[in-house]
Amino acid sequence: MTAEELHLKNNSCYVDPSLGNLHEGYNEEQDICVNVVSRKELKKEYIVGGVLDQEQKNNWRAWIYLAPVLILMSVFLIYPLINTIFISFMKNYNYAYGTFDGFTFDNFLVILGLKNVGDGGTRETRLIEYAIPNTFIIVFVTVPLSIVVALLISVLLNSIKWFQKALQIVFFLPYVTNAIAVGMVFSVIFDKQGLINYIFGIDKAWIYGADRWTAMIPLCIYIVWNSIPFKILILLSGLQGVDKQYYQAAKIDSTPRWKVLFRITIPCLMPQILYLMVTSFIGAFKEYTSIVGLFGSQGTTNGSYNMYTIVYYIYDNMNGTTTSYAAAAAVFLFVIILLFTFLQLGLSKKRY
Amino acid sequence: MKIALIFISVIAVLASILCILFSKYGKTQTGKVECENTYVNFIKESLGEEVKLTIKEGRRSVASIKRREQIGHTLLTIVVYVILIILALIMILPFYWMIITSLKSNSEIISSTQTFFPRIVMWSNYVYVFQVFDFTTYMLNTIVVAIFSTIGTLITTILAAFAFARLQFKGRDTLFMVFLMTMMIPGEMMVISNYITVASFKWVGSDQNLFTAYLAMIVPFWVSVYYIYLLRQTFKQVPNELYLAAKVDGKSDWSFLWHVMVPLAAPTLISITILKFMGTWNSYVWPNLVTSKDEYRLISNGLRNSSFVDPESGRTEYGYQMAATVLVTVPLFLLFVFFRKYIMRGVGRAGIKG
Repeated sequence: MTAEELHLKNNSCYVDPSLGNLHEGYNEEQDICVNVVSRKELKKEYIVGGVLDQEQKNNWRAWIYLAPVLILMSVFLIYPLINTIFISFMKNYNYAYGTFDGFTFDNFLVILGLKNVGDGGTRETRLIEYAIPNTFIIVFVTVPLSIVVALLISVLLNSIKWFQKALQIVFFLPYVTNAIAVGMVFSVIFDKQGLINYIFGIDKAWIYGADRWTAMIPLCIYIVWNSIPFKILILLSGLQGVDKQYYQAAKIDSTPRWKVLFRITIPCLMPQILYLMVTSFIGAFKEYTSIVGLFGSQGTTNGSYNMYTIVYYIYDNMNGTTTSYAAAAAVFLFVIILLFTFLQLGLSKKRY
Repeated sequence: MKIALIFISVIAVLASILCILFSKYGKTQTGKVECENTYVNFIKESLGEEVKLTIKEGRRSVASIKRREQIGHTLLTIVVYVILIILALIMILPFYWMIITSLKSNSEIISSTQTFFPRIVMWSNYVYVFQVFDFTTYMLNTIVVAIFSTIGTLITTILAAFAFARLQFKGRDTLFMVFLMTMMIPGEMMVISNYITVASFKWVGSDQNLFTAYLAMIVPFWVSVYYIYLLRQTFKQVPNELYLAAKVDGKSDWSFLWHVMVPLAAPTLISITILKFMGTWNSYVWPNLVTSKDEYRLISNGLRNSSFVDPESGRTEYGYQMAATVLVTVPLFLLFVFFRKYIMRGVGRAGIKG
């Protein structure tokens, strides 16, 4: 943690070994005050130029500053997290009274379609048949696509001189929108009598009455459109931080542009790309409002559950007698996200 | 015909991208010395003999090469601009379509030929929407929820960020790492239990009133780890000398925080306020869950849950729907126009940490 060391140095709490042996009290030679913090850490002496560092003694005050956040977090973040994991193992959980009949692993089997609940519905197949495949399609189509498009746009934006700021603002506009509202606009554009069918001269149902795979196209286009602005912003700020010397060296060697892109620009942007990968993977796994905007709050194009995602399944089963299934699906989602995040971080550490 | 046109333009864009990628980066080309009848004489001193080199490869003068490079460069720039403008148009097409559809009559919207400008501008769509869609109630709810959740978030964020940035205490770095790690947990994990929690507080249920509905929508969102992180980074940039000077003057941590740190971090605080406001404006799931009546809900819920169905034909009237959408989008755009710098800074800060 070099940043921390730097911070310590800036705080002048860190003793440079070159200063030699310092003893507690005022040191006339160095004109500094020395305050030995604890006997255990006798070697680490803390100096503050003229002022004794009071914080070491008053550290209970820090906890007062942190109290509001810690209380709120434990009520609305830590407790729910643990509670949800418990609920996912509870049998016949009733959320209104908090009663349940012991613990079981059945909820996970049910949501994964391995055990039949026999309530006459399709509850046990919705997740495995619709939600999980849909979620994975969304993740593996939109994340790479949006990163590639955002990279292209930001490289082009970075290479121009005039109107760069103006174009940058235009490309940022989709960020400042209401996901529901623009989803509705997309559903009008992709309507049977809409703009897309008119331009291409076809008569296809994209939204209402469409089959699952056709409806995926407007959905993915919408998600990519919606997620590009953030990526462009991050990549562009990364591009402006790349050392110009690399490009000058490439210019002298008259390196072809594609080589400059793949050998200089992309490697230099790797931290930003990695950050975007991790965050947008998490975001894509949680896709929900875009579907509500595009297909309505039922999450379907033809009356079945064909546009479900995992999150949709969670919200749909929250109330009533199926809370445990929702909790199990949430835990499932959590585990997948954790796995993916650690996989990406692990892979990136190996390479860089 | 149209498909062919689109196909050709897509091919053209792809080809030009390839051209840009494969064209040389520098202006000079190696391997060829393009000069006319140039004789290079030099003596290899070590051998003591004269070597005469004649280079006759090129036929163009330096001026013509320069001109050619100039033209190539200009063409490249034009191609880049064309691609960028096409992409920018695609990006703003939904907004344009939203606005013109909101001004079209329904017969024009569902006609077989789509128009890029309404034949008859129907302002009456907006009048109708104001009558049907309870815009003011939703707007009021959204603003109240946004203001109070922003105030709460700012207070908790400022205090926590100060503790993390300035104060020393045992386990500070560990705790901060734990905070950062909670950002990875999907909110859906918490929603189920949070719903049960607010229900046990009697904020949700059949006896819900406007006040408890507000509480249920505000209180769970008073903590944001991302904003704590953002503000901590800003606080860390405040020079230590200021803190020591304040200490010498006998100022307490508390007054140092509110009189020195907070004014210095004002830009970041504005960013947080606006992003939080936008977040409330766009929030859909939680308000939909915890409110029992339509009049307690926020603007996104109102937009999605209202049906703009024409009672005569039974079809959704897209003109009305889009007019309502414009009404929901315009305040956000105004916010963006006035606070663009703060929004982009607040959002962009996330990537710099690397």
